Amino acid sequence: MAFDEEMDEFKVVGTRPDRPDGIDKVTGRARFGADATAPGMLHAVIIRSPHAHARIVRIDASKAEAAHGVKAVVTRADFADGLEGENWNILENLMAGERALYDGHAVAAIAATSSLAARDAARLVEVEYEVLPHVTDVDEAMQEAAPVIREGAADGSVPAGMHPNVVRCHDSGHGDPEEGFAEADLVIEERFTTEATHQGYIEPHACLGTLGPDGRGELWCCTQGHWNVQKVCAALLDVETSKLRVTASEIGGGFGGKTAVFIEPVALALSRKANRPVKLVMPRADVFRATGPTASTSMDVKIGMKKDGTITGASGVFRCQGGAFPGAPMEFTAMCAFAPYALKHVRQVGYDVMTNRPKQAAYRAPGSPMAAFAVESVIDELCNRLGLDPIDVRLKNASREGTKASFGPSWDRIGLVETLEAAKEHPHFSAPLAEGAGRGISCGFWFNHAGETAVQLALSEDGTVQLSVGTPDIGGSRASMCMMAAEELGIPYEDVRTTIADTATLGYNEISHGSRVTYASGLATIEAARDTVKKLCKRAADKWGIDAEAVEWRDGCAIPSGPNAGDFDPMPIKEIAGRMGQTGGPIVGHFEATPEGAGVSFATHIVDAEVDRETGATTVTRYTVVQDAGKAIHPSYVEGQYQGGAAQGIGWALNEEYIYDEDGRLLNAGFLDYRIPVASDLPMIDTVIVEVPNPGHPYGVRGVGETSICPPLAAIANAVSNAAGVRMQDLPMRPSRILEALKARS
Amino acid sequence: MRYHTPSSFEDASAIAAAATGVTRFLAGGTDVLVQLRSDLVTPDDLIDIKQIAGVRDITRRDDGSWRIGAAVSGAELAEHEALIAEWPGVVEALELIGSTQIQARCTLAGNLCNGSPAADSVPAMIAAGATVNVVGPEGTREIAVEDVPTGPGMTSLRPGEVVSAVNLPARGESGGDAYLRFIPRTEMDIAVVGAGVSLSRDGDTITAARVALGAVAPTVLLVEEAGAALVGSALDDMALAALAKAAEAACRPISDKRGTVEFRTHVAGVLARRAARIAYDRAGV
Repeated sequence: MAFDEEMDEFKVVGTRPDRPDGIDKVTGRARFGADATAPGMLHAVIIRSPHAHARIVRIDASKAEAAHGVKAVVTRADFADGLEGENWNILENLMAGERALYDGHAVAAIAATSSLAARDAARLVEVEYEVLPHVTDVDEAMQEAAPVIREGAADGSVPAGMHPNVVRCHDSGHGDPEEGFAEADLVIEERFTTEATHQGYIEPHACLGTLGPDGRGELWCCTQGHWNVQKVCAALLDVETSKLRVTASEIGGGFGGKTAVFIEPVALALSRKANRPVKLVMPRADVFRATGPTASTSMDVKIGMKKDGTITGASGVFRCQGGAFPGAPMEFTAMCAFAPYALKHVRQVGYDVMTNRPKQAAYRAPGSPMAAFAVESVIDELCNRLGLDPIDVRLKNASREGTKASFGPSWDRIGLVETLEAAKEHPHFSAPLAEGAGRGISCGFWFNHAGETAVQLALSEDGTVQLSVGTPDIGGSRASMCMMAAEELGIPYEDVRTTIADTATLGYNEISHGSRVTYASGLATIEAARDTVKKLCKRAADKWGIDAEAVEWRDGCAIPSGPNAGDFDPMPIKEIAGRMGQTGGPIVGHFEATPEGAGVSFATHIVDAEVDRETGATTVTRYTVVQDAGKAIHPSYVEGQYQGGAAQGIGWALNEEYIYDEDGRLLNAGFLDYRIPVASDLPMIDTVIVEVPNPGHPYGVRGVGETSICPPLAAIANAVSNAAGVRMQDLPMRPSRILEALKARS
Repeated sequence: MRYHTPSSFEDASAIAAAATGVTRFLAGGTDVLVQLRSDLVTPDDLIDIKQIAGVRDITRRDDGSWRIGAAVSGAELAEHEALIAEWPGVVEALELIGSTQIQARCTLAGNLCNGSPAADSVPAMIAAGATVNVVGPEGTREIAVEDVPTGPGMTSLRPGEVVSAVNLPARGESGGDAYLRFIPRTEMDIAVVGAGVSLSRDGDTITAARVALGAVAPTVLLVEEAGAALVGSALDDMALAALAKAAEAACRPISDKRGTVEFRTHVAGVLARRAARIAYDRAGV
């Protein structure tokens, strides 16, 4: 295949240069959200509800306003009125209206001349609450007796008769699962649950905002998408979008959690009131209590299988709790659940359920990891009971090019089979297991996304290149952008500098989400470089007095395209750049589009785990990630994404959870009792990059950031279940839970 | 907040005795500063004892006993080979606390005076038979470590009293100690259960044993029945079973976000057995 062969001719793509932002980050020169200051800056503190559900009877800030150093207090009244849809949801979440809807819900904010003064004044704000009944569990929230979070929040997709807390429904599939189950030799149906987990980024949300009486503003913030912040802030503060310029800081982790807006409009509202710059840095406890973890779930999955491993039918019900607002990613949970398999009879139903918890936010492949946990656990149990090899069964049923996907469309070129084959050939899969250890296999799927993208590539007079992209670098993307520009222009990697431009510099760029950046900003970079090459060739053609079409670009030089074009020495980029002022002016390439063709990505993970039968403690002893990258631009950063997804999955599977007391208060709003894995909890995570090129990208790139977290919950649960000899159906598999399961079995 | 740097424990005690508000002594600060930063405790008087002479000394006395200054850090303890050779359980217990950075600051005395039932070094110190020197307005006294904690966050120290040093007894021949804790992670966590065992052997036979449990009651417990279950045995299965049973029987834990009553009680028995095996092996070397 010509496309595949082209892939072998790269000079820069596929190498592993140091990242351009590396030195800044290891020397402390990089500026993160909280690193910005401004003359006359105030410090802000947000006052939050201690109740899971309460009517706000009265807020009296008069004592706080009179306190030393206090310059402004804002409440809901200081934001735009009459918003609708998601803008209303965002505002209601970042500043409560009539009711506090969860423990940690913001009710007021203070700006003062020091953070200590702001904290002291915050204690003087009197808020009178009338405590209301609350619910935090997804299954309880659907029961008749559950308090209603918000009347009328449901849309038309919800079947009649369901509890008002069920606000959206997804129902898809094809064939008739019952018919499929009738053909099966074994049918297993089980219930699975997962707890809410936080993205666990190390950098708390932070911003510095200025909004003047003239409606013009500047905002520096830590975000995955500053155009979105600009748009949301403009709406919530009722100012014109273009009057607010937003600059994205370096980012200390996001994983989806920084696609949402939590604090920036508050800082700007305080700034507008005080007419001073306002800095707002979230304490860690607030990050846990009031930013978005992912959804918790309750899932029923039923799968039928023949003795030869053929899956005859599958169905699933996926209930996702997303806090006090609509938006739990239940449609993704449902759609990803059976995506790896070619099924004649399949149906998936999802429910979006509201509870008194913080508004969920995207977390790396939102909704998919939980679905894989339920589905791949049932497949593992079917394989165990039928005595079948877990990879052979998955290969037998695997989705391939042309297969009708469980949720509707037919697959384009995909690499699931290739990941399964690579997993089967990997030494890990055939390595002997220690006594008492267990092995788990799981596949996983994520859609990947493209989105609105704008890029500009400006040539400097010395022939180096300044590339401006609009997607914050959350995973080493600046290196990949430099590499793709260098590849197209035929210049060294070091000659390209990539900058994340602010909102005033480029057209709209969608958030760095959906594993879209290397795909979409990469595609745009390649196209902008090609646009630049055309202009470079034109300058050479003009100089040589030949047609632009008769000039080619090769190895950083313009050359005549053949003997007929004329006999001229190659003209290097530096020569053209040095004279561009005299030959027609600055040379700038650009590209703006909403590309279509973000290739989906599949992965297969292999996990070995040991369980201490006396304490229930799990040790993950070996871990191998096999994933289709389409084309790995910078293999080290692709491997880093694979390892990061596995590491976060280990935490989610074993220990991470939101723990609420009976009053609906979050008990573990800190990293001591919200247990993300530490380095010593992890084995070295081995990676295999499979490359089945994506036809929708010039180099074949598929997004890689999210798929890596889809299989871990299931793969680890399967390993632990096989080690313990008892099926673990609830996450996290904390030691006490494993010990209880072991006791129940014996 | 007033910050003091006295040059003697007598001065430190006098400042504390004269204070009328909230007082905290500052050694490593790994609890005090965290409590301060998270608004749990804002001291009116913060008395830093690190300027006092000898406060970071580890001394082996002629009789084989040890004096460990109140500000000796976990990192310093962990590099003291002679102490590790004699009291490996005490050293490993303090070493389990926190990260490398915390190890540079955290102290035995601070871990004890913080009063947490989950303090890692306290069961090891109690098993070892450690005491503390206390300086107060009425002079100095020596108290057994097990007599210091009285409840979560509370100690028997009187107003103005400050711990100046930790004493470990002479190890003697054929002795060994060990500390194990259970945490859901491998590091950077707080004990769900902790178990310290110290014992002496005459040949294969255990002649003396002390067992202490952490995080299973309002204070760290010295479980005399558990120690007694080992004495006279060669750590056979029956003795280990009796040890576990005594340990479980002593537990009076709570169910909280870190563990249930059932889990803590069960794991206390498991860890007591495992720690006893390690201590026994160490005593035999």
